[in-house]
Amino acid sequence: MKPAPFEYYVPRSLDEALALLAEHGYDAKPLAGGQSLVPAMNFRLAQPAVLVDLNNLADLAGIMADGEGGLRIGAMTRQRAVERSPLVAQRAPLLAETLPYIAHPQIRNRGTVGGSLAHNDPAAELPAVALALDARMRVRKQDGERVVAASDFFLGIFTTALEPDELLTEIVFPPLPPRSGVAFEEMARRHGDYALVGCAARVTLAENGKVSDSRLVFFSVGDGPVQAVAAAKTLRGQRPGPAAMRASAEAASQEIDPPSDIHASADFRRHLAQVLARRALTRAVDRASALR
Amino acid sequence: MATRLFGARVKRNEDPVLLTGRAQFVDDVHLAGMLHVAFKRSDYAHARLVSIDISEARAMPGVVAVYTAADLGDYWQPSPLLVPPPPVEGAVFNQRTAGQLARDKVRYVGEPMVMVVAESRYLAEDAVEKVMVDYDPLPAVVDLEAGVADTSSLVHDDLGHNIAAHVVQRKGDYEAARARADVVISRRMHYDRGTAAPMETRGVVAQWDALARSLTVWDSTQAPIPIRNGLAAMLGLAERQVRVIAPFIGGGFGPKIMMFYPEETLIPWAAMRLGRPVKWIEDRQENFVAMTHERGQVHDCEMALTRDGQILGVRDIFFHDTGAYDPYGLTVPLNTQCTLLGPYVVPHYTTEFKAVFTNKTVVTPYRGAGRQHGVFVMERLLDLAARELGLDPLELRRRNFIPPDQFPYNNKIIFQDFTELTYDSGDYEPVLDKARAMIGWEAWQAGEGARLRAEGKTVGIGLVMYVEGTGIGPYEGARVQVEPTGKVNVATGIGTQGQGHFTSFAQIVGEQLGVPMTNIYVSTGDTAQFSWGAGTFASRGAVVAGTAIHHAAVKVRDKARRLAGEALEVAEEDVELVDGFAQVRGAPTRRVALAELARQANPLRGAVRADAEPGLEATAYYGPEMGATAFGAHALILEVDPETFNLRVHKYVVVHDCGRVINPLILDGQVQGGVAQGIGNAFYEQLVYDETGQLQNASFMDYLLPTALDVPRIDIGHEETLSPLNPNGVKGAGEAGAIPVGPLFCQALEDAFQGGGLEILEIPLSPYRLWELVTSA
Repeated sequence: MKPAPFEYYVPRSLDEALALLAEHGYDAKPLAGGQSLVPAMNFRLAQPAVLVDLNNLADLAGIMADGEGGLRIGAMTRQRAVERSPLVAQRAPLLAETLPYIAHPQIRNRGTVGGSLAHNDPAAELPAVALALDARMRVRKQDGERVVAASDFFLGIFTTALEPDELLTEIVFPPLPPRSGVAFEEMARRHGDYALVGCAARVTLAENGKVSDSRLVFFSVGDGPVQAVAAAKTLRGQRPGPAAMRASAEAASQEIDPPSDIHASADFRRHLAQVLARRALTRAVDRASALR
Repeated sequence: MATRLFGARVKRNEDPVLLTGRAQFVDDVHLAGMLHVAFKRSDYAHARLVSIDISEARAMPGVVAVYTAADLGDYWQPSPLLVPPPPVEGAVFNQRTAGQLARDKVRYVGEPMVMVVAESRYLAEDAVEKVMVDYDPLPAVVDLEAGVADTSSLVHDDLGHNIAAHVVQRKGDYEAARARADVVISRRMHYDRGTAAPMETRGVVAQWDALARSLTVWDSTQAPIPIRNGLAAMLGLAERQVRVIAPFIGGGFGPKIMMFYPEETLIPWAAMRLGRPVKWIEDRQENFVAMTHERGQVHDCEMALTRDGQILGVRDIFFHDTGAYDPYGLTVPLNTQCTLLGPYVVPHYTTEFKAVFTNKTVVTPYRGAGRQHGVFVMERLLDLAARELGLDPLELRRRNFIPPDQFPYNNKIIFQDFTELTYDSGDYEPVLDKARAMIGWEAWQAGEGARLRAEGKTVGIGLVMYVEGTGIGPYEGARVQVEPTGKVNVATGIGTQGQGHFTSFAQIVGEQLGVPMTNIYVSTGDTAQFSWGAGTFASRGAVVAGTAIHHAAVKVRDKARRLAGEALEVAEEDVELVDGFAQVRGAPTRRVALAELARQANPLRGAVRADAEPGLEATAYYGPEMGATAFGAHALILEVDPETFNLRVHKYVVVHDCGRVINPLILDGQVQGGVAQGIGNAFYEQLVYDETGQLQNASFMDYLLPTALDVPRIDIGHEETLSPLNPNGVKGAGEAGAIPVGPLFCQALEDAFQGGGLEILEIPLSPYRLWELVTSA
């Protein structure tokens, strides 16, 4: 379990890092917290010829308020810092609720928000949360910058819209609409394991108490974060009682196409998706109702 | 005595170095010029080896040597059979052990084929990637029943079938008993594979000193003396030329017994051949496939009872998965046969097993060593019988206990030490009663349990019993020496892997010599310190080595009292040893230091009396005629999320009787650690093989060990039924915590889903499997 040989660079600035990525292209891999990449290298499942270590780029870390109620998080911000941030708790409660479920404190001390999003492990929590919150990804390369919506960012298993010469630098979380509630649920064999199924829910209520918008995003059930679009729509315009939420959760579990593995069959994952979606929607609605 | 050490809750002598990271493990051995090894291991479970091309690997930078089986010459030899077949009439045993490196054929994923020696482990692994193997894949034997079918692929072609062993043992006449029975409970039960997963993987460092012509081997073994003896024979050296050191070991649990693993015999060979120190540290990926496994069995079992719940007999026919080879003989299935009987009178018993060769990692003892399976079968059958008869499951157990006046109790079934399994002592009702009281059986059922159920919670309670054969022979020895500095040295031959020997053995000696713990230094696991012994396994350290140490300490005590009697001019009976002094009973100011007695016993001038041995030192040995049997009860209250099928343990109780307790703190730790492994075995840990014999979860991401968050606080109670076999009345405690956890979880889960018709006849479980069982019940 020793990695294959590789070249290792520690750029002192973002420009230097981007220059290295431009130079080495597909041979290079940026190293953020290393909590996924380093084990993969030790298993020799990943054998990048060049590592570009981002850990000296202090400018890429930080949590800032953005406009009216929004939030900006630097890509190299440690997950533990996000977990402990009062600003995050206030402005992105779904993110705050989710962070403790990610692995263990030791891993969150090193793991970064940007690293997790750019890795797009289908079992990871953060891509699902980013999608549920309509996050925007700020992406830099040597001669330019672009902003990618979460819905356009996650393309498939371990695949994102990032080009080899690009770096994710910042994630912008817009404020939630008024009367919105969020909730997160996952089922893991042990605390800190990758979930068998997980689910992020977001519900917005109209003045009259009916659902005006809702969002259900699963993970560990497909190639990345999976949005149950049709199931979420069934709630809209409805009064969010137990029956409506159960129906929506049931529809969601039929809308997804989860895989089978040694820990759970597709059928058990579907069963769990229905249970977790119902629980998440129920709590999201309770929270939204409390804001009315 | 000023303070009693034996039986005291003394903190462990070894913990300061362990907890501050200063304890020496095998990987801490760093020698000048040391080379590093990596192995090319089989990617296939079963394949003919068409060719192996090592030319490119050999040419890699930093590579010193690359060896295949052909390069080993005469040194290539099948590993020794470690335990011969038992003296059971008609027993069949087909011995097949592995050579160090596979030739012609590979028989499990992970079997070593090529050894690469390089300047670093990194370079060695780079070279391993360049070894080219041409395989001709064969169908893999994975399933036990398919493996014994006539059409099965053959693990060992020359054998003509896959049956490694067939053993039938009988007591009484089960068929006649069955004919008289009011009720017969008959089921099929499954117990799947797991791995010990010690925190420290295996490791070997070897150094050949060409000037002294001596070989030093640091080895993560539980049995350094047998390894020393075997290596000397294999390498053509005298035993005095070989020193094996088992330093601190990060968990053994059985798979580190004297296995003569390929790596264990190849690293010393390479060090001699290359004239440089050689190190191999197993990585976790290797450990999953190359360290031995345990636990795969399928049982067709039945129990015959009278209407009032008296057991008339049990019949159990099972398959045992021995993996690709069978170097450890039949210890595991023999333990299953014996341990099934538990604390109960079973007048008629037929037990038959076939051990089956499969294309999977070799199976040898792992904490419990087959005992779990037997306890699982017995306790599950009792629960099913209780349900069938409408009896309280604990009352059914009580009615069948061996009465306390029946000991020693001969079960007439051959145990792993080849004697008829005889319980030396036992008293089971007090243990059941204490466990029942501690878990609050009646109060919980009527109160808290009823309330939680009324709230819609899925909660259940369980209690199971077990007997554990411990402390078997052949023997161990020890030397105890008082230095003229007043320090006391204790040396024994067994290895230590976290059992607290540095403390419990010091307590045994301190009790006899009246010396404070801090002045007693225990040495284990170094063949230069003590040359005779077997090793640490089968819960035997405290019983066998501990008793040898006791005898050696008594000899030193007696000599000290005699010498002190002469010096103080009193009868030796009037001398007592207190706080490092020999003093006159009733007149403690008349005293002489033990250190001074040690000095006088080794004079520089003048004559030592004829026949006298110098020094305050003695050596003693102890070989028990049979094992000492510990026993106990585990009880559990758990809650299931009825939608996700995850579990939460509300309360866990262990009441344990292993005779006289040397150190309750250490014993509690042993029990807790065992329960943690038992919980893993019950609900988390399972080695999953696909139909081609590929292990599907060879990492800690997918092989789930219970963590601190999953293992509850455990309430432990002790009873002390002394063993009549040794002077301190002790019994072994190493495995008890792990043994009965599986059937306990099953019982409590069935109770939680009461009325659902749920029957759980397999281990390990998972939320997924539980969901399947509940939805199909």
